[in-house]
Amino acid sequence: MTELKNELIRHSAADLAAKLAAREVSAVEVTQAHLDRIADVDGQVNAFLHVNSEEALAVAAEVDAARAAGGAAAEELHALAGVPIAVKDLIVTIGQPTTAGSKILEGWHSPYDATVVKKLRAAKMPILGKTNLDEFAMGSSTEHSAYGPTRNPWDLDRIPGGSGGGSAAAVAAFEAPLALGTDTGGSIRQPGAVTGTVGMKPTYGAVSRYGAIAMASSLDQIGPVSRTVLDSALLQEVIGGHDPFDSTSLTDPFNNLVAAARVGNVAGMKIGIIKELHGEGYQGGVENRFNESLQLLKDAGAEIVEVSCPNLKYALGAYYLIMPSEVSSNLAKFDGVRFGMRVLPKDGPMTIERVMGATRAAGFGDEVKRRIILGTYALSAGYYDAYYGSAQKVRTLIQRDFDAAFAKADVLISPTAPTTAFKLGEKLDDPLAMYLNDVATIPANLAGIPGLSLPGGLADEDGLPVGIQLLAPAREDARLYRVGAVLESILEEKWGGPMLAQAPDLKNAVLDAASTTAGGSN
Amino acid sequence: MAAINRDDVAHLARLAHIEMSAEELDRMAIELAVIVDSVKSVSEAAGDDVPATSHPIPLTNVFREDVVGHTFTAEQALSGAPDAFENRFKVPAILDED
Amino acid sequence: MSVDATLSFEEAMEKYDPVLGFEVHVELNTKTKMFSSAPNVFGDEPNTNVNEVDLGMPGVLPVVNKTAVESSIKIGLALNCKIAESCRFARKNYFYPDTPKNFQTSQYDEPIAYDGYLDIELEDGTVFRVEIERAHMEEDAGKLTHMGGAAGRIQGADYSLVDYNRSGVPLVEIVTKPIEGAGSRAPELAKAYVAAVREIVKNLGVSDAKMERGNVRCDANVSLRPHGRERFGIRSETKNVNSLRAVEHAVRYEIQRHAAVLDSGEPVIQETRHWHEDTRSTTSGRPKSDADDYRYFPEPDLVPVVASREWVEELRATLPEPPAERRKRLKEAWGYSDLEFRDVVNAGVMDSIEETIAAGASADVARKWWMGEIVGRAKVADVDPSELGVTPQVIVELNKLVEDGKINNKMATQVLDGVLAGEGTPAEIVEKRGLAVVSDDGPLLEAIDAALAAQPDVAEKIRGGKVQAIGAIVGGVMKATRGQADAGRVRELILEKLGVEG
Repeated sequence: MTELKNELIRHSAADLAAKLAAREVSAVEVTQAHLDRIADVDGQVNAFLHVNSEEALAVAAEVDAARAAGGAAAEELHALAGVPIAVKDLIVTIGQPTTAGSKILEGWHSPYDATVVKKLRAAKMPILGKTNLDEFAMGSSTEHSAYGPTRNPWDLDRIPGGSGGGSAAAVAAFEAPLALGTDTGGSIRQPGAVTGTVGMKPTYGAVSRYGAIAMASSLDQIGPVSRTVLDSALLQEVIGGHDPFDSTSLTDPFNNLVAAARVGNVAGMKIGIIKELHGEGYQGGVENRFNESLQLLKDAGAEIVEVSCPNLKYALGAYYLIMPSEVSSNLAKFDGVRFGMRVLPKDGPMTIERVMGATRAAGFGDEVKRRIILGTYALSAGYYDAYYGSAQKVRTLIQRDFDAAFAKADVLISPTAPTTAFKLGEKLDDPLAMYLNDVATIPANLAGIPGLSLPGGLADEDGLPVGIQLLAPAREDARLYRVGAVLESILEEKWGGPMLAQAPDLKNAVLDAASTTAGGSN
Repeated sequence: MAAINRDDVAHLARLAHIEMSAEELDRMAIELAVIVDSVKSVSEAAGDDVPATSHPIPLTNVFREDVVGHTFTAEQALSGAPDAFENRFKVPAILDED
Repeated sequence: MSVDATLSFEEAMEKYDPVLGFEVHVELNTKTKMFSSAPNVFGDEPNTNVNEVDLGMPGVLPVVNKTAVESSIKIGLALNCKIAESCRFARKNYFYPDTPKNFQTSQYDEPIAYDGYLDIELEDGTVFRVEIERAHMEEDAGKLTHMGGAAGRIQGADYSLVDYNRSGVPLVEIVTKPIEGAGSRAPELAKAYVAAVREIVKNLGVSDAKMERGNVRCDANVSLRPHGRERFGIRSETKNVNSLRAVEHAVRYEIQRHAAVLDSGEPVIQETRHWHEDTRSTTSGRPKSDADDYRYFPEPDLVPVVASREWVEELRATLPEPPAERRKRLKEAWGYSDLEFRDVVNAGVMDSIEETIAAGASADVARKWWMGEIVGRAKVADVDPSELGVTPQVIVELNKLVEDGKINNKMATQVLDGVLAGEGTPAEIVEKRGLAVVSDDGPLLEAIDAALAAQPDVAEKIRGGKVQAIGAIVGGVMKATRGQADAGRVRELILEKLGVEG
């Protein structure tokens, strides 16, 4: 039984879907296997803030009942029905708490579901629980969570990336085959890179943001986290599509993603290396793996060209003006009046202004406060034009750079992050160093274009995962799945299997823990 | 562009309704000064002729028809409220007038 | 509460020249809110006309109500504004418990309508042009109730309660350019301007326009400068002056207060003021401060509104006739004198008279009934004349009964009372109350004989050609028949009897 379960949790979502459809396994078995895995290893990884066992198993049972009934009930099931999924705790869910990784929302239950959650429910995908994140998705290490950091399954002393470290680590640690993330400056892709998983930031507007607690509205995008490129394509087709509740939602169908992931060749495609996004500042092992991927793509028949996006040097600066500006406004609603925490001032007059000030002082962590203050500054009278206004212009310049680059190449390629996973605590006291992790991922958010990160191998010097990032023009998400799937298959052929097969076995580390945890495993 | 100092931070914290201790103000002033310094090149990057981009994917006229949709019961509306009275949110006295 | 010094209005006017400005907020009467599909309804149970969007729950996003945009464009057109080809929403950031997101979604540097004007007709017929700076779309806030301390006042309250039903109700804010040159007519102009805006939005059908419900709310800016100086003085902004009378009084009061401040050599403080109806004065609110740094920026969750010229023209084609033009047209068509027409307008029965004429009455008959009978009864009942319960059909029917000689005017007023008492249609009431004019000549002739016999000298005079003496005989007959006779017919019969030509 344990062997079977071990095997079940290692399957891709696509394989699980096939086994479920063929009734080789039941949805309850699949869901239970993942819940057991969470019980086994999450004490170490801390990927989950809330585990939703009861509801997940009930949904799985519904799927099994529909399959058993056969006929229309079975036929109407979505292809991914019964495939469990984890949801980043920035996305609101009825019936489970939503904290955004912040004390200010501790214990809060949303009275409504995010659009993507509605879609998961409609597809009858059991929701395993809510995953850890940097508070309000602000960070690159998940260390800024008010509920303790998530650890990287490749090395528990290292960060899993952020902000979506919980979703990436859950998928990397086989606690879930799929997860939802959100990506404002790289929060899906950078954790994907450092945990050896696949993460996709769709085109801005391809997936509804309704119900994702806003960090920076013009940059945020929900997207899939998975272990294979095909799985991300499958998941994006579930969660994507037009949503009348999101005014920035695109009407494009985005229904060619799975097909693209199955095309299987890149012959004749032009792949552009972005001159500014590799080399200096990038770890040697990262650079090596990047060059290796380029060579493999070239061998597969792609033409490699070099492009230049000179304005990317302003991207990080523009991002750190636009993002905090929007943050300062989006997070104003957390004030202790309508929901969440309320803290009373220790002394002095008990006015609402002071209660708001005390609540926000106690409820927000340092990084959140830093960004709110920075954004308040960038928007304040006398500074708007120089800061927010200029940053919006830089956005235009970066979009123009990408337009020019995409005139020369079908997709662009770069390392996802400049380094492999760093040690917990290493950059916590140096905000600027932390921000540099996102230097390669931020441009896609500023331009609204899609970006995919997939495993590119292990760095020579530390044996830790390196991510390869692919970028495509807006609305051309399918291209990323096509090129990503090909690169993934060439690399896996080279490695003799998925890269995560090389990850250390958490189970041994965890068996001791399991024996001391009542009902931990059977 | 002026450097950010402690008084600026105190003013910004007031605007943002975040109470800050003296030490926090000092620390934040130093951190923000570094960050602001690192982003200042942005203001010189683009000329006056470059239009601002506020939405990455340009759309226009996204509207909703004027048709009534779902509402909450008062109980649902107040379900997460820190304090409530007679189906309304209860807040301490308001200092500022408007 | 200290009482501010004031100068007499006349003295203030001798020394200073007032400059006005208005910000009028109009609540639209769309079915749903500006950015959510929750119902836009007044007066329901607290926090029931809300969903997650109106409460500013984590994760929510706004979607613009198309009808609200169209109503805003219509208002812009009716104010002779240009309609922006493209405009955006912006966030106005400030913390206040009635504002669920702690920012108001509004418009900042790109209002949907701008550069308009309104010609305001003052009571004596003078026309004064008020320039409109802009009209922009935004959302209303929730409603705060202050508890404890002085009843309903924010000062000294122990706590406040928030109802978000009004949160997100669509608003159009209409902002004037500085209004110069009104002189001593400033208070009158203020009232007339707000009245005109109210009339326009009501006429457009885009707002219920009830000031007592806050559908139309006015902030009045007043500043004074010495005569002959071009530069404006420092202004005060009196908030939420919510009746036409109060607008007039508040402007007058602020002129008098500013004048006293300036006379004392002190500078006027730029601040908001609160209007108090009970004392007819304002008190100091909040001075402008650095907390007024609203940090506007383009609302990233909403996309620009592009008003194509085709769309604007389509909407223009649906606009009703402007109220001022309509008044002019109706006055001419009805042939009323200036005075008669002004009384009709002031009594608020112009629409009713128009409908009554459309139902078949003559202009004079309609005016006679509405002004002569209904307005007075409405005043007693303390309702709008149009809400008293008299339909144009009732008046047409009453008038026909009189013209046909079935009842006389005196009876008709009794029938009208019957209609208002819910006794039925005029014909039914005539029947039930037995009010029909006596039309059988038999009993009438008997009464005439008796009256002639009782006043033989009068009968003789009439026979002798003094027909004007007939009144005494008619009066006798009417008295004998308790008013139920048709006086015209009585006169005819008397003349016939006495063999005199009428």
